[in-house]
Amino acid sequence: MAYVSVKGGEKAITHAHQWLAEDRRGDPGVHELEVAQVREQLSLAVDRVMSEGSCYDRDLAALAVKQARGDLPEAIFLLRAYRTTLPRFGASLPVETEAMAVRRRVSAAFKDIPGGQVLGPTFDYTHRLLDFALAAEGGAPPEPAPQAEEPQAYPMPNIASVFRHEDLLEHDVRTDEAPEPYDLTRQPMKFPADRDQRLQALARGDEGFLLSLAYSSQRGWGSTHPLCGEIRMGEVAVEYVPDELGFAIEIGEVTLTECTMLSGFAGSAERPPQYTRGYGLTFGHCERKAMSMAIVDRALRHREVGEQADAPVQDEEFVLYHSDNVEASGFVQHLKLPHYVDFQADLQLIRRLRKEHFERRAALKEAAE
Amino acid sequence: MNAIPGRIAPAPLLSVEGLTKWYGHVLGCRDVAFDLRPGEVLGIVGESGSGKTTLLNCISGKLTPTAGEVRFDTRRFGLTDIYGLSEPDRRRMQREEWGFVHQNPRDGLRMRVSGGANVAEPLMNLGARHYGQMRQSTIDWLDRVELDTRRIDDKPRNFSGGMQQRIQVARNLIHGPRLVFMDEPTGGLDVSVQARLLDLLRELVRDLGLAVIIVTHDMAVARLMADRLMVMKGGEVVETGLTDQVLDDPQHPYTQLLVSSVLQI
Amino acid sequence: MSTPVPALANAPERYYNYAYLDEQTKRMIRRSILKALAIPGYQVPFGSREMPVPYGWGTGGIQLTAAIIGPDDVYKCIDQGADDTTNAVSIRRFFANVADVATTEDTGEATIIQTRHRIPEKPLKQGQVLVYQVPQPEPLRGLEARETETRAMHAYEEYGLQYVSLYENISAYGRIAATAGYPVMVEERYLMSPSPIPKFDNPKMAQNEAVMLFGAGREKRIYAVPPFTRVRSLDFEDYPFETQTWEETCALCGAEDSYLDEVILDDAGDKMFVCSDSHHCAERRAAGHVGPMAGHALDQDAALKEPAE
Repeated sequence: MAYVSVKGGEKAITHAHQWLAEDRRGDPGVHELEVAQVREQLSLAVDRVMSEGSCYDRDLAALAVKQARGDLPEAIFLLRAYRTTLPRFGASLPVETEAMAVRRRVSAAFKDIPGGQVLGPTFDYTHRLLDFALAAEGGAPPEPAPQAEEPQAYPMPNIASVFRHEDLLEHDVRTDEAPEPYDLTRQPMKFPADRDQRLQALARGDEGFLLSLAYSSQRGWGSTHPLCGEIRMGEVAVEYVPDELGFAIEIGEVTLTECTMLSGFAGSAERPPQYTRGYGLTFGHCERKAMSMAIVDRALRHREVGEQADAPVQDEEFVLYHSDNVEASGFVQHLKLPHYVDFQADLQLIRRLRKEHFERRAALKEAAE
Repeated sequence: MNAIPGRIAPAPLLSVEGLTKWYGHVLGCRDVAFDLRPGEVLGIVGESGSGKTTLLNCISGKLTPTAGEVRFDTRRFGLTDIYGLSEPDRRRMQREEWGFVHQNPRDGLRMRVSGGANVAEPLMNLGARHYGQMRQSTIDWLDRVELDTRRIDDKPRNFSGGMQQRIQVARNLIHGPRLVFMDEPTGGLDVSVQARLLDLLRELVRDLGLAVIIVTHDMAVARLMADRLMVMKGGEVVETGLTDQVLDDPQHPYTQLLVSSVLQI
Repeated sequence: MSTPVPALANAPERYYNYAYLDEQTKRMIRRSILKALAIPGYQVPFGSREMPVPYGWGTGGIQLTAAIIGPDDVYKCIDQGADDTTNAVSIRRFFANVADVATTEDTGEATIIQTRHRIPEKPLKQGQVLVYQVPQPEPLRGLEARETETRAMHAYEEYGLQYVSLYENISAYGRIAATAGYPVMVEERYLMSPSPIPKFDNPKMAQNEAVMLFGAGREKRIYAVPPFTRVRSLDFEDYPFETQTWEETCALCGAEDSYLDEVILDDAGDKMFVCSDSHHCAERRAAGHVGPMAGHALDQDAALKEPAE
């Protein structure tokens, strides 16, 4: 076997990238995937990429999915690297999810709640049988789903309204003087973290990581006994106040998924028993992520409610430092880079230790004989 | 306590005044005051929930009291309220002049580091940089707490509970502290192991002329170790005095109950 | 020896600002650098940006370079001491494209040298900047996982735990076993990770004439060692710090005092040792130094020459 150089020139890199492009395209006899197809037909992949990529742009996210050959963390990385170069014009007003044009809205807490249950487009209650009809492409598009007989409530009241007259659920505190929210894309993590910093980290966090943490909490590793107060998905208007105008104008519409988890709280000397909430919010339709986020958010609030914190899901340094898949993926995969200088240093030491080990053994043996 | 005639009482090493700790509406301890002189062993006794651990934590700088002062005769600043010191100064003073023996050796030892390194660490914290000298000093201390010095490089988990506690004792004495806090130091041990460790502790404390504040719910431990006792109930001190006085002639009904509930040794 | 790389008019990199980062971000990074220089060895948290290369692949070093580079700079980039390792090539190409700078392999000629895992053999001079890529800026992280704890340890200068780990090494192995990323004290105040350079390179940090900047993009920290700063590798009085030495010399240039890479030649256990610093080796060979295996196939690879493309 000949020595294979670990050093690679520009040529090697260029050739590798050509090969990558070839593999991305696959069999040229098959139609090339259009970005619009990804955007329309792989829309949940697009939603996840927008959400964890912290950038609401369906076309760019679809392009990222195509460029990444369907590798979503890679697509998220592409979108993040693009986002970070964009100029900032300002911050929008907080979106009003009560004013959401709801496509889906369910609550597990009550049989019926004001505004009603709206099942919407969901995998829930589908039987997970491979649909071979989909394999036979070129058929007519599906019939449009029937319209509801009555118009939906608007605004759609949220779960808090149900509890309002009894004060059973903690209040959101809204103030006009609230400080600007923490921004992890401009500031490094700091600890202890406030809730705005935590929520931002969770919103950008890896769906799989948050799902597993939420699951571990449900199984007793820092349980908050969550109840799904509400999930809603639909479109909300984004408003912005340009300095030149001094009043809000609508600059667009985004699809959001919002989840509120309810957890009981036994009360303390100062506070009566009531329900507390965990909150999840994502771009697009990312229900699994929104629910997981809400559970993890609530688990991380242990200090506020005086819960004993001993499970991973309650450890904010552990959760926040390890939830970002762009950071995690980069660092795990950097092990592919050459480490032969440090390895050489290590090899030397091991060889020396081994030599000393055998010398000691030999000396002992000699002494014994 | 009256001064002994013909002798000038030495200046206090530690002076506690009006020490109070509230947890919200719950009382931890209230209005505790006492002086501790060099070489004196003070026992704080009471049932669990009586406030003795809260008190110990407040005195030892682990828990900021709601009110009151804890003055210690520091080498650097003289008699000073420890909560008036800056955080770095307080931590430094604690490293240099105090020791703290926890009930559970896991709280007082680094479980992933060898017993020997656990004992040597306080020396390194204070700037010792000669491996051979630290090693020798560690061996001397392991010997002094009656541990097999050949096991110096074993991890704490490979030692029994009693031996772990001896490592902890060595770790807290090696740097020559002037005041050592002990929180139920024999609490988690079998009775026979407890007795041997107590004998050792008593000898070490006497030989070194250490000042000690020891918290215990065990009157037998208190009698063996302490010169003076403070009896706590519901966060307040109900009786103080020389150990023999308090145990043999308890004045407060609660102390009488405590004393009568244990076998005398 | 510098090689200006022509700007590619239609390369995607050209849609971005000069040196990729926007000027606001560069200012923020330069402020962090100044703070780091003012407090040698202290880890300054900074608003690290997402870069077009993955975390762990030099995002910190690239941001530092981007913040200080100008068109008059001459840029050198090495990984494991070599200019032609894949990631070094990739990063050098990035700056040639986005910053219109001349690039070089010549250590003496470069104004900015970005490095991963090595300090060049040739002593650096005043006016040069050495930018280190740092995977884990916290020297205590292997001993204490929590950032909240390690920040307190630095603040209170409580470094006993680090010595405990050295003590354990000696007890177990008869020596301090750290071989790369060997911790140092800067100006007798801050404990600092020198990044995963071999301890062979540690002495080069002390009283160095160049500015040394360390960037950790993923961990969002910048730290620095200004010129002529005291940098001391930790040790015990009776177990003094020592560097690696080799019985072998460089097979190609015969150097006896450089850091050597072990190159496996076949499955039969044959190997050769060559300088890890590829430019140092090439320069020596150009000056007529000859090693025992001079003329070996690898020799041509590393000769002083223009980049392939």
